[in-house]
Amino acid sequence: MKLILNEEQNYLKETALSFVSEKTPVSHLRGLRDSDDQLCWDKEVWSEMVKLGWSGILIPEECGGSNFGLTGMSVILQECGKTLTPSPLFATGVLGATALTKFGSEEQKQKYLTKIASGELTTALAIDENSHHNPNICELKAIKDGSNYVLNGKKIFVVDGASADIVIVVARTSGEDDDVGGLSMFLVESDNSNLKKVKLDMADSRNYANITFDNVSVDETMVLGEIDMGLEPINEILDVGRIALSAEMLGSCEKAFEITIEYLKERKQFGVPIGSFQALQHRAAEMFCEIELTKSAVMAAMQGAEENSNDLQRLSSLAKSIVGETSHLVSNEAVQMHGGIGVTDEYDIGFYLKRARVAETILGNSTFHQERYANLTGF
Amino acid sequence: MSDLENFRIEVKDWLDKNCPSTMRAGAPAETPIDEVWGGRKAVYKNPDSKLWLDRMGEKGWTMPTVPKEYGGGGLNKEEVKILNEEMFAIGARAPLLSFGIWMLAPVLLEYGNESQKREHLPKIIKGEIRWCQGYSEPGSGSDLASLATKAEDMGDHFLVNGQKVWTSYADKADWIFALVRTGPKEPKHSGISFLLIDMENPGVSTKPITLISGKSPFCETFFDNVEVPKENLVGELNAGWTIAKKLLQHERKFISNFGLAAGMGSKKDVISLAKKHFGEDEGKISNPIFRSKVIDHKMKEHAFGLTLQRAADEGGKASAVASMFKYYGTEHNKRRHELMVAASGVNGLAWDGNEFDDSEKNLTRAWLRTKGNSIEGGTSEVQLNVISKRVLELPSG
Repeated sequence: MKLILNEEQNYLKETALSFVSEKTPVSHLRGLRDSDDQLCWDKEVWSEMVKLGWSGILIPEECGGSNFGLTGMSVILQECGKTLTPSPLFATGVLGATALTKFGSEEQKQKYLTKIASGELTTALAIDENSHHNPNICELKAIKDGSNYVLNGKKIFVVDGASADIVIVVARTSGEDDDVGGLSMFLVESDNSNLKKVKLDMADSRNYANITFDNVSVDETMVLGEIDMGLEPINEILDVGRIALSAEMLGSCEKAFEITIEYLKERKQFGVPIGSFQALQHRAAEMFCEIELTKSAVMAAMQGAEENSNDLQRLSSLAKSIVGETSHLVSNEAVQMHGGIGVTDEYDIGFYLKRARVAETILGNSTFHQERYANLTGF
Repeated sequence: MSDLENFRIEVKDWLDKNCPSTMRAGAPAETPIDEVWGGRKAVYKNPDSKLWLDRMGEKGWTMPTVPKEYGGGGLNKEEVKILNEEMFAIGARAPLLSFGIWMLAPVLLEYGNESQKREHLPKIIKGEIRWCQGYSEPGSGSDLASLATKAEDMGDHFLVNGQKVWTSYADKADWIFALVRTGPKEPKHSGISFLLIDMENPGVSTKPITLISGKSPFCETFFDNVEVPKENLVGELNAGWTIAKKLLQHERKFISNFGLAAGMGSKKDVISLAKKHFGEDEGKISNPIFRSKVIDHKMKEHAFGLTLQRAADEGGKASAVASMFKYYGTEHNKRRHELMVAASGVNGLAWDGNEFDDSEKNLTRAWLRTKGNSIEGGTSEVQLNVISKRVLELPSG
């Protein structure tokens, strides 16, 4: 496993950087927030991303994608993270595309994957039921009724859940609440009248919803994968998501750090730039080291996914956990080192802090992944 | 068959014939183990250690990338990888540990003149001459450039007077590479030269320093009217600081690698000690508070190992990043030993006697020894200064 990007991946990264610098600087997110935009992302921007082929990076060629791989997708998200660019790329292009590519029937792939690639369809993955991510627990039930399944229960904090056309929901089809074997996935079209979505207003101004399933009936062609497929295959989707999200979080860390270093060079107090003070220099240098370690962990996870590493679960948890910890360090220090303006809404650095914390909770925070890493390692 | 495949077969064959059985995995447990540093004063408990060194030295494979005319192996990167893989496959012991290889040879290749390269590199590679490093002085630690050991130009030679401190294994070394002041009137960085000194010269003496670990890996080294030939000056007169800094990068990289490598794959690691002394519960370390510290530590260790790998994959962009590895590697190694001691409880603090086994007594001393890792070769604080200034380009105070 080589921990470097190839030429094409580097090119993609550069393209993404110039795209987000031009089209979606942080002021873009600020504008969406200030106008109380209910979508929390911009259709125009999304259609341009689709034109660049980003929606189809994880989709096979026969379904209209480029099958370019997770590293390519992750470096795009890393650049999106630098300007906190909101878009359906994560929930649709990563989670939805991966779930359907890995487990979709031919019919489902033709029907949905092609539309994801063409930008006509967005998705959301509904998995969490509690304030902490824990895919082992699932109370939402799907009960067979003739050729249909009837879903009852509630999912919370569904990323892009407020707008997605298709909700991919993890439901219990057998066993007790903590039996990881009795889980299945269903595709639910979001215009189903028994699906109740409540948009969440979160600190990072992105698109989330709580979704209640009140006798939602779907026919058996909407089963994604096998009935009672269990948590293991679902975890494959989650790990892809965790790695891609880690890359986005890394990008945000890198940019928040860069902005802070620039500020240390500009801001003068006592007649000198504050960056000449050793108290700040050493903290900055320590952050540099932590970010370098984080880059390596994220790179290893991306490349591990490309190569179907048998250590992928551990690499995924390593990346998500370390990027979470580094996000804490960097976002807090970034605000502190900006002094007074760091805690004003007018200045952008606070947006990085808010996004860092919300992103950390998605698909498992650092402690979740620390526990998982230790269990997988055998201690 | 490709050249590389042929090369692999040659290497396998050569190792098979030349690597003594006691120098590989599967050697009898009672085989005495030498830490081979070479040099004129070397003593070997196992004659195979010397044989293995001589054979590898003859091939130039102790420094496989160095050109053959200087005694090296003349191999390219792919060939070195194959050599390492094949040595790893049979569990071959390192034939030679050497400051000459890790620190001096790289700067001689870059700054030495042709005759210096031809004179010194083959002896380093064959382990005939053991080198030590004369940098720090009692009054010049982190402020290394303030060093006062002087070398006066006496026409046909330099006359050296002064004292060095923290010279690793100076009592066992044959030659010393030293920073000396040749320009007393110049600004401090511009009056330093890089000089090679034979320690058999009259006037050179050494005295070991006992550390808190009870061991004495360092010495004080004294120069009392020592005559050094002019030809032993490396680079230009008063241009030694550049060479000194370059050598420090090699040293920092080595110290950080060494700290990490020593800990990885070892059975006496934090996890096994914690399981032994706290017990396990379904495979988990029983003490949950300690376990969470171990988790954090092991994940950082994993990420640091990946960072070393990434740096290699990127082509080893050394310079200031060497400071990161030195800083992080040594601080991490200190934390690792703290955790091993804490995991072992009372048994992690044993000093001597028969109530504790050797690995426990060694752990105590190893733990104490790590305290020096973040001081020698530039303190952690100096490394953070280097990162701030060279990488982040923050303004000087």
